[in-house]
Order: sequence, then structure tokens, then C-alpha cells
Amino acid sequence: MQIKRVFFVGVGGQGNILATKLLGEAALVSGVPISISETHGMAQRGGVVKSTAVIGAQSPIISDGEADVILAFEPLESLRLLEKANENTVVITSLAKIQPFTVSIGAGIYPETNEILDYLRSKVRTVVAFDAMAEAKDANNPLGVNMVMLGALVAAGDIPISEAALRTAIETTTKKAFVAANLECFERGMRAAGNADRQ
Amino acid sequence: MSELLIDEPGRKSLLLGNEAFARGVLEAGLAFASSYPGTPSSEVPNTLFAIQDKAGLYMEFAINEKVAMEATGAAAISGVRSLTTMKHVGMNVAADPMMTFAYTGVRGGMVIYNADDPGMHSSQNEQDNRYFAKFSGLPLLEPANAQEMKEMACYAFDLSEQLQIPVIVRSTTRIAHSRGVVEYGEMRPVQPKGHFEKRPHELVALPATTPAMHRNLLDKQQKAEEIANQSSFNRVTGQGTLGIICSGVSRAYCADAVLELGIQDKVSLLNLGMSNPLPEEKIAGFLKDKTKVLVVEELEPFLEENARCVAQKAGVQCQIAGKGVGRLSRMLEYDPAMVREAIALYFTNGSTPLKPLDLSDRPPLPSRPPNLCPGCPHRMTYYAVKQVAGDDVIFSNDIGCYGLGFFPPYQMNDSAICMGASASMAAGYATATDQPVIAFIGDSTFFHSGMTGLANAVFNNHKFILVILDNSITAMTGHQPTPAMDPELAGLTLSHIDIEDVARGLGVKNVQVVRPKNLKKTAAVFQEALEYEGVSVIISREPCPLYMGRLKKKAKKVFTVNREKCQFHRKCITEFACPAFYIENQKVGINPELCVGCAVCAQVCPEGAIRPAKD
Repeated sequence: MQIKRVFFVGVGGQGNILATKLLGEAALVSGVPISISETHGMAQRGGVVKSTAVIGAQSPIISDGEADVILAFEPLESLRLLEKANENTVVITSLAKIQPFTVSIGAGIYPETNEILDYLRSKVRTVVAFDAMAEAKDANNPLGVNMVMLGALVAAGDIPISEAALRTAIETTTKKAFVAANLECFERGMRAAGNADRQ
Repeated sequence: MSELLIDEPGRKSLLLGNEAFARGVLEAGLAFASSYPGTPSSEVPNTLFAIQDKAGLYMEFAINEKVAMEATGAAAISGVRSLTTMKHVGMNVAADPMMTFAYTGVRGGMVIYNADDPGMHSSQNEQDNRYFAKFSGLPLLEPANAQEMKEMACYAFDLSEQLQIPVIVRSTTRIAHSRGVVEYGEMRPVQPKGHFEKRPHELVALPATTPAMHRNLLDKQQKAEEIANQSSFNRVTGQGTLGIICSGVSRAYCADAVLELGIQDKVSLLNLGMSNPLPEEKIAGFLKDKTKVLVVEELEPFLEENARCVAQKAGVQCQIAGKGVGRLSRMLEYDPAMVREAIALYFTNGSTPLKPLDLSDRPPLPSRPPNLCPGCPHRMTYYAVKQVAGDDVIFSNDIGCYGLGFFPPYQMNDSAICMGASASMAAGYATATDQPVIAFIGDSTFFHSGMTGLANAVFNNHKFILVILDNSITAMTGHQPTPAMDPELAGLTLSHIDIEDVARGLGVKNVQVVRPKNLKKTAAVFQEALEYEGVSVIISREPCPLYMGRLKKKAKKVFTVNREKCQFHRKCITEFACPAFYIENQKVGINPELCVGCAVCAQVCPEGAIRPAKD
């Protein structure tokens, strides 16, 4: 089968590891081979958290230039991760900024949203951008950014895993009290990615 | 019920490598486990600790890896299946008993799970612990994915009992923290109790007994080599006169690369899942009909050098290469493209074109380093110490979250070498310089190996301050129990140890306890201790807010900045540096999602502009 490499990136606390795991569970119920790698430990203390899902191959990680999809939960991190992209990479990014502490203390400048988007668009063919936090808040589930992003991934990422399989994964793997809200976030993510500006 | 306890052979689950390992030891009927946590090994003990009652096994968090290894060895000598787990540097601590357990051997299966960290994602070095297997003479298994983590965890007990010797299973971060589909096997029943049979000639290592023990070990190694030559974990796939020898995660990279390069009918792969003792016959057989062989392994050229020896012994004229081909080095992790490039280069002199993006015009990106959490008591202690410590103070630091004091604005981590070194190195600094010395160590690290350094300091009349940052939990590795904790709070039946009793018991005369939330009082205690002639211990006690949050012990009352009062001094940001603060339009704000209501920033603000938010 064709190999699909999906790179998830976010900031500690955004739940991108759970999103990656859900993609894995969906692959398992679909009988699609998948290998996943996660960041644990010290890097999670407010730092950048990366995880990768490689569909159709054994290697669990993704080399520079080899991501088919970058799923960025935070816009600055989409830019930071561009080493992993090539010109055919689909970059799906949330536009909700999380200011790094280095910016707060004046040791760096957070680029303008337009500057980020223009740069992404100048480098890769497809950029799908929207505010995933706003979608999650609209669904009364501000912790559901990861579900919104998963919806966007299935809508825009061209992955060999179906919406139905991901729904099943959300239903069986996330906490019962959150399933309905998570599914709503997932759907909003699908819609938002469908409606988002594309290059 | 935990998914890992489901007794349903054939079931498929998506498991983290470490969870798969835990499943494997459960299938083996593990009875006793003792561990000190350490990334990337921690999910194994965490999982077993949480489910021990349901699984019918005994699991404890030991105060360090040496203690864990010794207790585990005793359990195995008594005939029960036993496990100890550790990160790679933990094996340095546990090596002393391990080397001699190799001599004495065991009766019940004893498995030593070791997780290496190539790339040093959460470690102070990237030592290659395969050498420990060779050094000790213990058999070594190297799983290459989650499924093999489960299979080898289970098989290691059988192998250990067959040879009557401990077996090391070595993973790396990329195996331990990768997730894959695992098929469950049968669960064997737990045999919780054994019987200690007196065998002094086998278990008392004295000059009179050890030559026989060593001979016995060498005999076992010979048997183990025969097993390794036949092991299904050492297998050849594919065919051709070109060969690749690999182990661990490199196998996935090699297998993918061979397919992607379309050279699967020219290249065969020898994967070594049982790599010590070296299956010499198997390797010689593999080399014999090859013209060129590439050895692909992370870190040291362990297999490469061994393969060269085997070729020389067997008189095989095959070209062998490894380190130095393409970007294959002795440092950091490998990745799929790096391995593909090396394979193409070595076998076909070809290149693997990849057009990386030209990112030279990318705008500068502000970095996002890990940070002490909002409400972290280490920040409070550092802030208070900084108010009274001069620029010439040497900050002898240790292993734990507080290591993040390395970053600005604190920069209070002048050296950090290994667990416990803060206390012992302080003695060296204090004697070899005329600079004041303040050492920082966490409560768990203090019990791990700080007590000996402290006793030494008292005994030898050193002068420094040892700060014990008591957040009453092993925070960095995921909140494992420590002797300093309140076990009742966590619903555990462990016994609490007072750190002040330990310090006084070790002969420290000046023992102080501070609450770092009170910055002024804390700073005053440090001021006084800097003048003290001798060893001072200052216990800075405040629980880890992340842990308290997990226990849901604290109602969150967030703070806010009164923007009229705020004069934009930014001390809260530039000096206190809590990540809940941000600046927007030349105004300071507090992110209510991040604030945990510790209230300490209110003491820092010169205008008194930081106040509890109104509901």
C-alpha cells in the first residue's frame, strides 16, 4: 500500500498524543498497518510535543522532507516543523496562537498570522488553516482542539482511514462523558477544514 | 479493568512499547517487581504498580535501581518470577549487584528491563547498554517493535529459567515510546511465593566460592550462545549476496528502505533480536555467501565490531561496513531517510534524491523550551535564593524537574551530572574553591543517592547548603511515590519518612524547613545559612501542583493583573518567569487556563497589582 506519513505537532497540554493514538485505533479497526511514535518526558513541560503516525510502513518516525501531512495544533509550530515538509506536503494548521514564554519575556517575536500563512503557502502546495480553538469553544469543549484537528485531518489529509473508523475510535477510546462533545468537535473540524481557505 | 489484563488470546490492541512489555510480563506470570522510574522506561513500572492487586503480583517503587536490582535478585533466587526496570543510566547504579547475580544465577526467572535513550531526549548521556550485557555475561534481547516487546518480555523469563541466569531486555526510546498493534497470548498463572533453599556455595560470593561461580557463568554463556544461534529472534529475511545486519528500531528503517529502494531481491537482512552472547555461527553463515554487508545500529558499533571478529575467525572475505557510511554515526538517533541513504550509497553507490525545502528565508522563530510549570515550588525556591545569593555562588544541581533552573532568568544550574551528584560535588567545589556552594536536590533524588553525599559532607566537615526541594513526589517521571510523600493522600499503604529526621540522623546540625510560597522568609533562612560554618540542609517543602491537580486536591482560584495599577515593571515576567504571564499591547496579563492560583507572583509585583480574580 502507499505509505502515508502524518506528523502531529502541538504544545504540551493540547492533546496531540491522544489524537495520534486515536488515529492508530482507527487504523487498527480498519486493518490498516500503522506505526506511531510519541514524545514523553521532560519535553512535555510546556515545550513542543511531537508525534508521528506512519501508515503502511514499519518505521515509526518521519525524516526531514518526508511528511505527507503536517497537522499543527498551533501556527508557530507549523512553521517550525517545515523541515519535515516537501512541496507536496499538506499542511493543516490551527490559527489559535499560544504565546511561547520566550515571547512574553521579550526574547523573541511571534510572527504575524499573515506572515506565517504567506510563508507556508510559498513553500507547500496545500495549506488548510482555521482557528481550531474557536471551533472547540463553540462546541463548549475547549479541551477538544485535538478532536477538531482529527476532523480536519480526515477531511483534508487524504489518509487511507475513514471518518467512520475515527468516529468509532473516539467513541470507544475517549472518556464516556466527553464522547458527544468530542464527536461534535470532530465534525466541526471536518467542516472547518472543508470551508477553510486553501491554496 | 485495565486493557492489559484482558485474558483473551488472539486479541489485538494498539499498545505503547512499554505497555506491550508490561503485557508480556503479565503473560509470563510475573510475581515480583521492583523499580526506580526513569524515562523512557517508566510506563512499565507505572502500569504494573497500578494493576498489581488485580494481577496478583507484588510491585514496589524502590528508592534506587541498585536496591531494586538486589530485591529482585533475592526474589528470583527464592524461585519466583521477578522483574526490575530502569533507564540506561539506572543500570550504572544497579551494575554492582547485577555483575555478581550473573555469577550466582537465579532459580525463578529474573528479567532486567533496560531502556536506552539515543538522542538523549530525557537523559544526561546516550551510553549504549548492550555493552553491559557483554560486560556482565548476561543474555541480551533487543525488541524491534511493540509486538516483540511483548514476546521478548515473556520469553525472557523462560530463557532465564532455562539458563538459571538473569536476562536483560534492552529497548530504546523509539521502541519504548512507539505504539503498534500487539496480539495477546495466553496468561500464565502467578506463583507468588517461592522457597529459599540454603546454598551458600552458590550464593555467598567469597574467594573460596567465586572461581566455581565464574566457571559456571562461562558454561551458561556457552549454552546461551547455542540458544542464540537457533533463536527465532535471530532471523534472516530476503535473499541476495548483499546483506544488512541490524537490531532494534533500525530493523524497521532497513526493511522499509530495502522495499522503497526496490532492492529486496538483492539484499537479505539478518536481524539480531538476541545479540548477546553473539550468535557467531549464525552470523558466520550469513556472511559466508555475501560480498558486502552493512551493519545498521544506533550508537556504538557493537554488532559491527563483533561481525568483523566473526568474519576473521571464520575466514570469510566479505566487506563489512557500518559507522561512517553516509550519515551513520555513533551519535543520536537514526531516521528512515538516513538509513535509506546509507543503504543506497553502500550497495549501489546511488543517491536517494529528496528535495528538502529551502527554508533560509524563514522568519526567526521564538523558541519554546520546556519550563517549570505555573505554580511550581522550584521556581519559588530559586527566586528566593536568587535574592540573597551572590554571583559567585556555585549551584551544584541534580536530576529532576528543577534542572530546568538551567534556563534564564534563573540560570541556577551550574552542573548536573547524575542522580545524587549535587550533594557530593558540593563537597568538591567547596574545598577546591573559595566560592560559596548551594546544592539543589529533589526529595526522590535525595533518597535515591543524595543521602550518602550528605553523610560524607558531615563526616568530612564540609561547608555548603544542601537544598532539598521536597515536592513530595517523583515529579519528572510521572508522579511515582517517594518516601517523602503523604501516602494516605494517594490512597497507598506505604510509610512516610521525614527528611528532617534523615538529615539530623546523618549528623547535620543546621536543618531548616521553609515554605517557599513565603518568599521573604525563605530568602532570610538562606541568608543566614550562607553564613553558617558547616553543612546546612534547607528543606523547601511544597507539593507538586501538577500532582495535586491530578488528585484534584486544590480548588483553583486564579489571579489577575489590575491593569490600572500595573506599571509594567514586568518583574513577574523577567524575574519570576511564570509561564502563565503574557504581554499583550504593552500590558501584562495572566492566562487563567494556566494559572494555578499559587499567589506567589503577588509578592513579586512592586505595585501590588496582582490580585485574585473576581468570580
